[in-house]
Formats: sequence, C-alpha cells, structure tokens
Amino acid sequence: MSNIPSELKYTKSHEWVSDNENGTITVGITDHAQELLGDLVFVELPEAGKALDAEEACAVVESVKAASDIYAPVAGEVTEVNEALEDQPELINSDPYGEGWLFKMKAADPDSLESLLSADDYAAEAEE
Amino acid sequence: MSQRTALYEKHLEANGKIVDFAGWEMPIHYGSQIEEHHQVRNGAGMFDVSHMVIVDLEGPRVREFLQHLLANDVARLTEPGKALYSCMLNEDGGVIDDLITYFIFDDYFRMVVNAATRDKDLAWITRQAEPFGVIVTERPEIAMIAVQGPDARDKAMSVLTEGEARQAGELKPFFGKFIGPYFIARTGYTGEDGFEIMVSDHEAGNLWDKLLEAGVKPCGLGARDTLRLEAGMNLYGTDMDETISPLEAGLGWTVALQPEERDFIGRKALETQQAKGGLRKFVGLVLEGRGVLRGHQKVITEDGQEGEITSGTFSPTLQRAIAMARVPATIGDHCQVEIRGKLLPARVVKLPFVRKGQSLID
Repeated sequence: MSNIPSELKYTKSHEWVSDNENGTITVGITDHAQELLGDLVFVELPEAGKALDAEEACAVVESVKAASDIYAPVAGEVTEVNEALEDQPELINSDPYGEGWLFKMKAADPDSLESLLSADDYAAEAEE
Repeated sequence: MSQRTALYEKHLEANGKIVDFAGWEMPIHYGSQIEEHHQVRNGAGMFDVSHMVIVDLEGPRVREFLQHLLANDVARLTEPGKALYSCMLNEDGGVIDDLITYFIFDDYFRMVVNAATRDKDLAWITRQAEPFGVIVTERPEIAMIAVQGPDARDKAMSVLTEGEARQAGELKPFFGKFIGPYFIARTGYTGEDGFEIMVSDHEAGNLWDKLLEAGVKPCGLGARDTLRLEAGMNLYGTDMDETISPLEAGLGWTVALQPEERDFIGRKALETQQAKGGLRKFVGLVLEGRGVLRGHQKVITEDGQEGEITSGTFSPTLQRAIAMARVPATIGDHCQVEIRGKLLPARVVKLPFVRKGQSLID
C-alpha cells in the first residue's frame, strides 16, 4: 500500500496539497501516482505568476511510459515552482511529498481547500 | 481470458508489476524500468518472452515454402542453425508480422512470431503451407528466456553443464542450436550480446532461478521497449502493420528482391511501390531540448511537409528523448516535432541510436 500522509489534502486526480499556513499551498503528486507512472523523466511546470482556475491542466509529468497532466487543485496564482525537477525529475519518485513537490500557489479563496479530499477519502478513491 | 507464462510465479516472487500484454499477464517492470534498462546495457538482465509464439515447420519442401512466404530469402541460410529476420507480407505488400526463422535441418525450420499476432499468423502460415505439404506445429509448451547484456553469455553459460556451456559459447551471432534440454540462440532484441533460451515450461522456473543466482537481474517489458528503441529495432503494430510497406518502415534491408524469379507473397506490390517512387523514409529523431518524444506526434520538415513518429521514448542511455519516425524522403538533418501544441526542434539521425552500450549519434 502506498503512503498517504494524514495531514495533507488530496484531489481525485492524485495531487496532494499542503497548507503552508502563510496563505500559500504546496502541490505535488501522490506516492500512489508516482508508482503508477513509474520512472519520471520530464516535468513541465507553470510559470510563477500564472493565474490558474481550479482543475485547470497546468503542468505535465512524463515517465518513460506516458505523459500525465497535473491539475490545479484550487483557483489561485502560482508563486514558486520546484526548479530542481528540471534536472532531477526522479525526485518525484524518491520523495513525492518532500523534495518532489511541484509548485506553490496562493489560493484565491482560502476556504476552497475545504472542498479537497481528506487522506481517508483519497485512500478510498485510490483503492478503486 | 488472460494467459500466464510458466514463469508467472517467478515474476510475483521478484515483485514484478503485472500488466496485460496481448492477452498475457506480463511484468512491465520489477521496481524501476530505468534501472533494468541500465542493467542490460552494463551487465546482464533477463526477460520472460515465453508469450512469443514458437512454430515448427517440417517437410521436404519447407525451404521452398519459406521462400514463398517470406520477404527475406531463406536461401541466405546455408549453415545449419543460422537465423534470418524477415517480414511476412500480404499480397498488398503490407506487413502481417516480423519474425525470426532458424534453419535447423533441410526439412525442419523453427520460427518465432509475435504474441499479439498469433492467431492471424498461424492461420496465414497454415493456409500458405498447405500446397507445399509443410506441417505447421505451434509449440506453446516451450518457454523462452532472453538473457541480454555484455555479461549475459558468461553468466548464462555458468548455469549450464560444461558440455552445454562449451557448445553455447561456440555459437556465432544470429545462430541457434539444440543444446541439452534447450534451444539456445545468440539473438535478442536489445542491441546487446546474449542468448535467447527456449526451454520446456516445466524446466523454465528452474533455469530462471539458476540465472537469478548467477546474478542475472529480471527485467520487464518496459525496459525491453526502451532497449529495442535505442537499438533501432522495429516493434510490430507500432512501427509497421498490415497497411505499411517494409520499404517505409526501415526494413528494406530485409527484403530480398534478388533473385528476380523468386515469387514471394507481396513481391509485386513492392515492385509497384518502388517503380512509383515517393516512398517515405524511416529515420531516427533526437529531441534537441527537453521533453519526451512519443508515438503519433507530428513531424514537420524544413520544407513544411509532414511525417509522424511511430515510436518514441526517453532514452535512459542517452538521457534524452529519441524516436523513430516515418517522414517524407526530402527530410534534411533537422526537423520540428509538435508536442502539446508547441513545435520543438529535433535532429534527424541514422538508426540505431545505441549499439553494444555505445552512443552512435554524436
């Protein structure tokens, strides 16, 4: 069974969201997602400053096998991207909740995080 | 109904991630596809290829039959044991399948065809064989393990008896032979040296375990695909199919148009294609920047014509994206590839990209 930290929020499309409690959130893909994708070899991230709608396709991660879109978990503005992934996309495989984070954003509506899945809900989703 | 090879339990023991492949439950990787790829380039890896279809062909007219059935000419097989790679064409010159044929005796050849095309291949071969009185026997009870890599032969020979190892060691590239309980061939699909070992289903697990003990690492179908792509080897159903001529799939070298009197299936269609001209070329592409090339991406030549990538991937050996593509013959040294709406520059290269661990593209 893959690792699903209880303190994070999740989406059905396998992103995790961490509330940094300073008005920003960090987004990555779950352990389950990286396992499904296999060895990651390329990541295309949004530019800092870009405004995103909720569920907008805003990044791409590619494994040897396939390309997969990443969706904005909530509406907001990108504040920072993980530039280390340009040379080391494999960080997503080795540390999906840590060094393998994708981008940070400022949520347009802080309450919008409430609509995301809890760890238990996501675990149930990922089971299916 | 999905099928399992004799080695299915071994894949589970080795933590194989199982996927469906042409109706077979096969390991895609055992943890990391990239590590398995490097293992084959730098050491020795083994693949379960038991899903592939072994067909024995017997009869006094078997050679004559194969000269009719195949686009390559089995007259090239003069020494017993020698193998020949060939396409089997339909009357329109499209590729029904690509396969390997081993010349064993004058009245006995062995063929290995793809799993995904099994039913239509057997139907076609059986139908064509009838007028020649050739007996076609599928051998589903035989498993096959491909041991590949610079250390593959030494490691494989270390698990054989002394006499078997000596005979296996004497095999020249692209030769196969019955040795002890095995049929061992110095062939493969990775661009590395190695053996493909056919062994009965009930002996397969035992051989697998001995190879494991000798330090040969299990490798999945994922690594097999990136290895074959680097080696510039075609994949049936992806790089060519029944609508594609071998002359447009980089397989012209496998079509023996001489001697002119050999009447093989598809010959007339290929001659018409050649006379008409305008055939597309099959080339290698290397992406200049970052990204991954994939099948079906559009290729745009410098003079604005279009082609298509047939298979593409990230090359673990070269650490960049590579692809095989069918393109207009006028293509130059550079082109562009459309990836998610953006045009990215790529270099046009000769295949293969990698041979025996060495990059050939720089």
